[in-house]
Formats: sequence, structure tokens, C-alpha cells
Amino acid sequence: MSVRKIYSTAALALADVLRDDMTIMSGGFGLCGIPSVLIDAVLASGVRGLTIISNNPGAEGLGLGKLFNTRQVHKLICSYAGENAQFARQYMAGEVEVEFNPQGTLAERIRAGGAGIPAFYTRTGVGTVIAEGKPLAEFDGKTYLMERGLRADLALVHAWKGDTEGNLVYRMTARNFNPMMASAAALTVAEVERLVEPGQIDPDHIITPGIFVDRIVVVDKVDKRIEQRTVRRRAAPVEE
Amino acid sequence: MPWTRDQMAARAAQELRDGYYVNLGIGIPTLVANHVPAGMSIQLQSENGMLGMGPFPWEGEEDADLINAGKQTITTLPTTSFFDSAASFGMIRGGHIQLSMLGALQVSEKGDLANWAVPGKMVKGIGGAMDLVAGVGRVVVIMEHTAKGEAKIVRECSLPLTGAGVVNLIVTDLCVFEVRPEGLALVDLAPDTTLDDVRDNTEADFVVALQ
Repeated sequence: MSVRKIYSTAALALADVLRDDMTIMSGGFGLCGIPSVLIDAVLASGVRGLTIISNNPGAEGLGLGKLFNTRQVHKLICSYAGENAQFARQYMAGEVEVEFNPQGTLAERIRAGGAGIPAFYTRTGVGTVIAEGKPLAEFDGKTYLMERGLRADLALVHAWKGDTEGNLVYRMTARNFNPMMASAAALTVAEVERLVEPGQIDPDHIITPGIFVDRIVVVDKVDKRIEQRTVRRRAAPVEE
Repeated sequence: MPWTRDQMAARAAQELRDGYYVNLGIGIPTLVANHVPAGMSIQLQSENGMLGMGPFPWEGEEDADLINAGKQTITTLPTTSFFDSAASFGMIRGGHIQLSMLGALQVSEKGDLANWAVPGKMVKGIGGAMDLVAGVGRVVVIMEHTAKGEAKIVRECSLPLTGAGVVNLIVTDLCVFEVRPEGLALVDLAPDTTLDDVRDNTEADFVVALQ
């Protein structure tokens, strides 16, 4: 069994990679499927001037939100930034630069970046401020706008299970942006909840093939947070 | 008497058809899930990467890895599938979702939709709305008819657009408008609501075509 991709801690996995002003992709939707242990290592390293590509800026003091508290982020490329008051304050004060993307455009820009596609056309945003400054083209009688593929220096992803080759499996909606981001950076580091031997994941079930994953860290205890806890109460009559 | 939020959702649910794949936005659109007619098969899509969205979990069975696009804890169904965000928006942009229901700040008589930004206020972001209205064949807006007495159904949107000419139907607490090539048509009216009630609260012109 090869262990060349395995690092004992997040800090060691990132030690020779992190530098000021770099661009980092970080997986997750809200706080679901975020690489929280790797984010903590970025926090501890103190690197600054970061450009962060992520669907959301974490929440107040959670996930990427921590990097706003320490003012390590220079620019955020995201689709939605609603749940982080510290970020909101810095954004309104002009202290952090923000580029809002339609969520599907953001996902496709990252997918394209990882697939060697420098640009693509989409209907999304035609006739809105999103189209400003972007080339338009007509295909089959409809107008589309051009979006650029996105790449990063470093991608941080969270997976449920991984083998030592870097093959990854995600759990339910914690998949979200992680697979595309794994493919779109010069170096990808994955934190996995369970590390197994090659062969222990059915090859038909692998979502991210190991070719996209350079380094792996096992995270034993993940502090997973729920942003909106919505439940059915057992005592109440069930509505059908 | 205007429709309640739940009655608005029930009226919007009349737009569902058997076999539809549907995306429901946050707020009143979410309530439409409670009004799927018995015997009708509807699969709900959640744009964070799930088809076949189930109800909220029983207390104590919440799972942080299983949320909807509103970041609420949910459950799976036997029909559920999971996928990444690029595949999710591929099915949205690719026209595979038949119906999108969402909220709005303003809708114009041409079907322009504004629902993401108010100048001078903190912009929270765009999320999936722009992709949904650009890619889904039928777009239904469900919203209060006015906001603090201001008309939301207008000749031209003054707020930044989410999409131009994308809305097909508007369900409010007062009435239902169809967006037709020639303009708005009033097709349904809440009980004890008069045409004058609608006119007084609507900036856009409309024809009356009650069914």
C-alpha cells in the first residue's frame, strides 16, 4: 500500500503550500461538506490576502467565516453570502472584495476549469448585471453570455471516505462543490472521515478518482454544524 | 379576504402535473410540497445536489450531511439520488426540470423578475435563482401582492433583474396573473377580493380573463 499521499495532520499537508495572496477553492454548501479541519489549518498558518472561491463564506465564526474574523481574505468569489455578519460588515465597508456568481455558473466555471475548458456560454444572467462586460453570442436563435473557467492554486475538499490512492466518496448532500473543486486546482488536499485500503471502495462507486487528489488527511472527529434544524415532532399528529 | 400563505401554496400546487421534476424556492414556495395532490408523483429537486427530497426528519434524526438549498435538515425517499452542484445545475440549465416556483421582490408585466438585490442594502447574493429562471421551462412566482403598500407587480422592474421575460405565472395573496405575450391576464381572484382591490395594488396594466 502506497502512503505517499497520506499526511498525518492538516498543518503538515499544507505546510509547504500556503502562501500570502494565493487562490484557494473550498468545498461545501453552507456548512455542509466543508473541509473544516483544513480551513482551521489555513487559519492557524496566518497567510493573508487570500482569494477564496466557495459557494458561501461559511457562517459567523464557523468554517471560512473564521478567516474573515482574522482578515485573511482579500477577495471572495461566491454565489450567496447571507449568513455571516462579520463578512457582511467587511463587505459593506469595502474591506473585502466580492464577486457574486449565479450558483450554477460558479459550479460550471469550476468544472470547466478542471476539464481544460477556458470559457463556455450560458443563458444564465442574460439581460442582468451579470452580463455586463461579458461577450454575448447567439446560438439557435437564443442569446448566451460567455463565462470563464476557474482554477485555483489550492483546492480543499471534504469527503466521507477515501482510499490511500485518493479515490473519494462523498456522503449525501455533502458532495456539492467538492468533486469539481478537486479537479480544478494546481494542488488538491482532501480531508476524509474514513481512510481505507485501495480495493475497499467499489470502483463503480468512486465519485472523485484519485488522479485529482494530491494529499489526504484523516479527520477523526468532525464538528458538523446544522444551520437550519428543521424537524417533525413525534408527539404531533403526522400530516399526510 | 386575501389568501393565506398556505392557500397561496395550495393555489400554486394546481400547476403541478404528474411526473414533474420541480424546484421549490425558500419561503411560501416550500409550502407547495404540502399540497401535492394524492396519487400524483412529483420529484422535488434541491439545487445543492439532490432529487427526491423527503420531509423534515423526525426530531433526533437530523443529519448535517443531508440538507436542502435552504440549509434545512431533510430526509431521503426511495427515489432519492445525490449528485454534485455542476450536475445539479446541468439538469436545471438543460431544461430537465419542468417547473420552478420562487419568491420575488418585483415582477414586470413582461415577466421580468427581480428577486436578489436592493440597491443600498447588503446584497446577500444570487444563489441558484438566475440559473433556475434561465433554464426551467415554466416559472411560477409566489409572493405577497405588495410590500409595505408598494406595488410589486410593475410596468418595469426598478430593482436589478434575476432574469428578463422569464416568469409565466404570478400567484399572490389577492389573485393569479398569467404573463402572456401581450401582457398580464388576471385568471383567478381570492375570495371576497374585488377587481378594484387588485387594480389599486397593481402598477402594471392587466386584462381580466377569469376562468
